[in-house]
Amino acid sequence: MEILLKGLRLLNPYQDLDITSDILIRDGVIEKIEKIDSSKFPEAKVYDLDGKICVPGLYDMHVHLREPGREDKETVISGSNSAAAGGFTGIACMPNTDPAIDSAEVVRFIIDRSKDHLVDVNPIGAVTKGRKGEALAPMLELTDAGAVGFSDDGTAVKTASILRNALEYSKMADAPIIEHCEDESLAGGAMNESFVSTELGLPSIPTVAEDLIVMRGILMAEYTGGKIHIAHISSKRSVELVRDAKQRGIDVTAEAAPHHFTLTDESVRAFDTNYKMNPPLREQKDVDAIIEGLQDGTIDCIASDHAPHTIEEKEMEYIYAPNGIVGLETQLALTLTELYHSGKLTLEQVIEKLSINPRKILNLELPKIQVGEKANLTILDLEHKFKFAVKSSKSRSKNTPFDGREFNGKAIAVINNSQIYFESKFINI
Amino acid sequence: MGLSSKHLLGLNGVPKEDIQLILDTAITFREVLDRPIKKVPTLQGQTIVNLFFENSTRTRLSFELAEKRLSADTMNFTKSGSSAAKGESFKDTVRNIEAMKVDMIVCRHESAGIPNYLTQISNAKIINAGDGLHEHPTQGLLDMYSIREKVGKLEGLNICIVGDIAHSRVALSNIYGLKTMGANVSVCGPTTMIPRKLEELGVKVYHNIDKAMAENDVLNVLRIQLERDAGALIPSVREYHNYFGITEERIEKNNPNILIMHPGPINRGVELSSEVADGASQIILNQVTNGVAIRMAVLYLLGSKN
Ligand SMILES: [Zn+2]
Repeated sequence: MEILLKGLRLLNPYQDLDITSDILIRDGVIEKIEKIDSSKFPEAKVYDLDGKICVPGLYDMHVHLREPGREDKETVISGSNSAAAGGFTGIACMPNTDPAIDSAEVVRFIIDRSKDHLVDVNPIGAVTKGRKGEALAPMLELTDAGAVGFSDDGTAVKTASILRNALEYSKMADAPIIEHCEDESLAGGAMNESFVSTELGLPSIPTVAEDLIVMRGILMAEYTGGKIHIAHISSKRSVELVRDAKQRGIDVTAEAAPHHFTLTDESVRAFDTNYKMNPPLREQKDVDAIIEGLQDGTIDCIASDHAPHTIEEKEMEYIYAPNGIVGLETQLALTLTELYHSGKLTLEQVIEKLSINPRKILNLELPKIQVGEKANLTILDLEHKFKFAVKSSKSRSKNTPFDGREFNGKAIAVINNSQIYFESKFINI
Repeated sequence: MGLSSKHLLGLNGVPKEDIQLILDTAITFREVLDRPIKKVPTLQGQTIVNLFFENSTRTRLSFELAEKRLSADTMNFTKSGSSAAKGESFKDTVRNIEAMKVDMIVCRHESAGIPNYLTQISNAKIINAGDGLHEHPTQGLLDMYSIREKVGKLEGLNICIVGDIAHSRVALSNIYGLKTMGANVSVCGPTTMIPRKLEELGVKVYHNIDKAMAENDVLNVLRIQLERDAGALIPSVREYHNYFGITEERIEKNNPNILIMHPGPINRGVELSSEVADGASQIILNQVTNGVAIRMAVLYLLGSKN
């Protein structure tokens, strides 16, 4: 089976590639990159993509699929469909499932569920058994089964001593410890602690709850020589701590979620639980610091923290509603609209943060746009204006504050594992 | 002329004219309450639901009495804890109640923002009877009414709220309402009991009770929640009393003319010494009656609004 993509700009900063060309893909592999006369390939399905941009397939390293355990919120398949619709060819899924991803069996179960899908699903294993913070999960077995990193996400690794052992032990698996940075004794609030929380009378989480655990992770990575990745960084001070640590040569990386560079805690005033997430929406100074961190490379990548919840759960009282929003289908659009079109990030930087760096952090193979390589591609239309409607989302859950928001820029197709997703359909190629 | 809004969600942003109108209307109802026949037919035919998701007998009884004095039909709905934990979502609960053709809902809930949410899912007029640590507007109005009754005015008065400001729903409503009415509002309490960036609301913060007493005309002293975070915010009740308790000696030394208010019930020997509590108790009893008058005024003004 052949497909011919016509008139693309091929862009991959990792290969120093920026050319305009056609691409012929046969049986999922890139066969030709050159000007191609379509009449010579009468069998090929032709896509006229004049002016569209072809980049290495996008990757989201922080996704909560709810399988096993809460398939009413999301499954491996529904989450993968949502990822494809959002422009992603790969995702890493977090271990706070039920049971947790703390055994090779669960890792294999998830990989098996996703095996025929366009989207690659790489499980993140738990750091500790049952994410309880007591005994280390079998990291080597998990790695052999296919896990690519470790996290007790939802909470931080419980104690400094477990974190120390996890950072030591994970060196043998050559995989990062991904920290949800929140001091347990300062946790439990419903929003950021600020003037707004004072005015609203909601219990709050101070930024220092995050900063303390970011600092702990950095110091422990320095001491052990292990690899730490800061998940969903949200505070200005934490960005400064990571910047500092990188200058000292400590092996630390960081990701930011789109809602943390687009929204502030002012949004909470409406008491809409679609603005409740953890870490919570912070202040404008924090948003500015996140953007600055993305610009200067302190923050390596953008990850959605896609966290599906049912409408019934989200419609609870603000203090009881669960944290999190779905994000796979708004992440790229928010990045392009708020960071690229506003001139804050170059397109090359966007590709680094949404495709290259997350795979580097997880030691995954980097897709190349090159003859003989497997086609793992995302096709972008930077000038595609659209209004996001969550009701047409592929995710099983609809909890988002971005319903009805106008965006500029979208993935119009993704290609991976010998499939193309185009116009809301998967086709084998 | 009526109120500018069909709900009373809080005192933040409520215009001066509205507060003035409520306080003035309450004077009329206060007189009604002194008559032998205390009932007026004003809200005949209107149905009011008291939706209390958190126990607060005093507030509920005050509203209920106000509703009965206005001849409204009332229903009580009491339930505590997370609605989902009880197997019915908050939204479903409200929809079920609304199906009974309710004109007004008086709501008390431990989560901030619930009254705002109610306005989105219900057609009834909503009165906030306390939401989390956010607002408790009728208590704020009642405090203002009682101060005005005692001193004759609010404008230009120096009023200090004393106690655990961070864990009080009364403090914010007092601050918003009093500032709108032109009072100079301050707070006084241990550093651990003052919420972050409170100064940005335009209130002065004291950590020294003597200074606060010397510089203010009125102290509104909040009840210290003895059960809350025992030992975390203050080392002990004894230390609190020694450093922040209002005593006769302190009144004598700092400001003999100061008016001491307390929303009740008092912890004797904690926020007020026993003698001061005796002196203040007359005002507190009066506040109970004033509370009914204020709630009658609010219910009447909202009830007569189309
Ligand atoms: Zn997390």
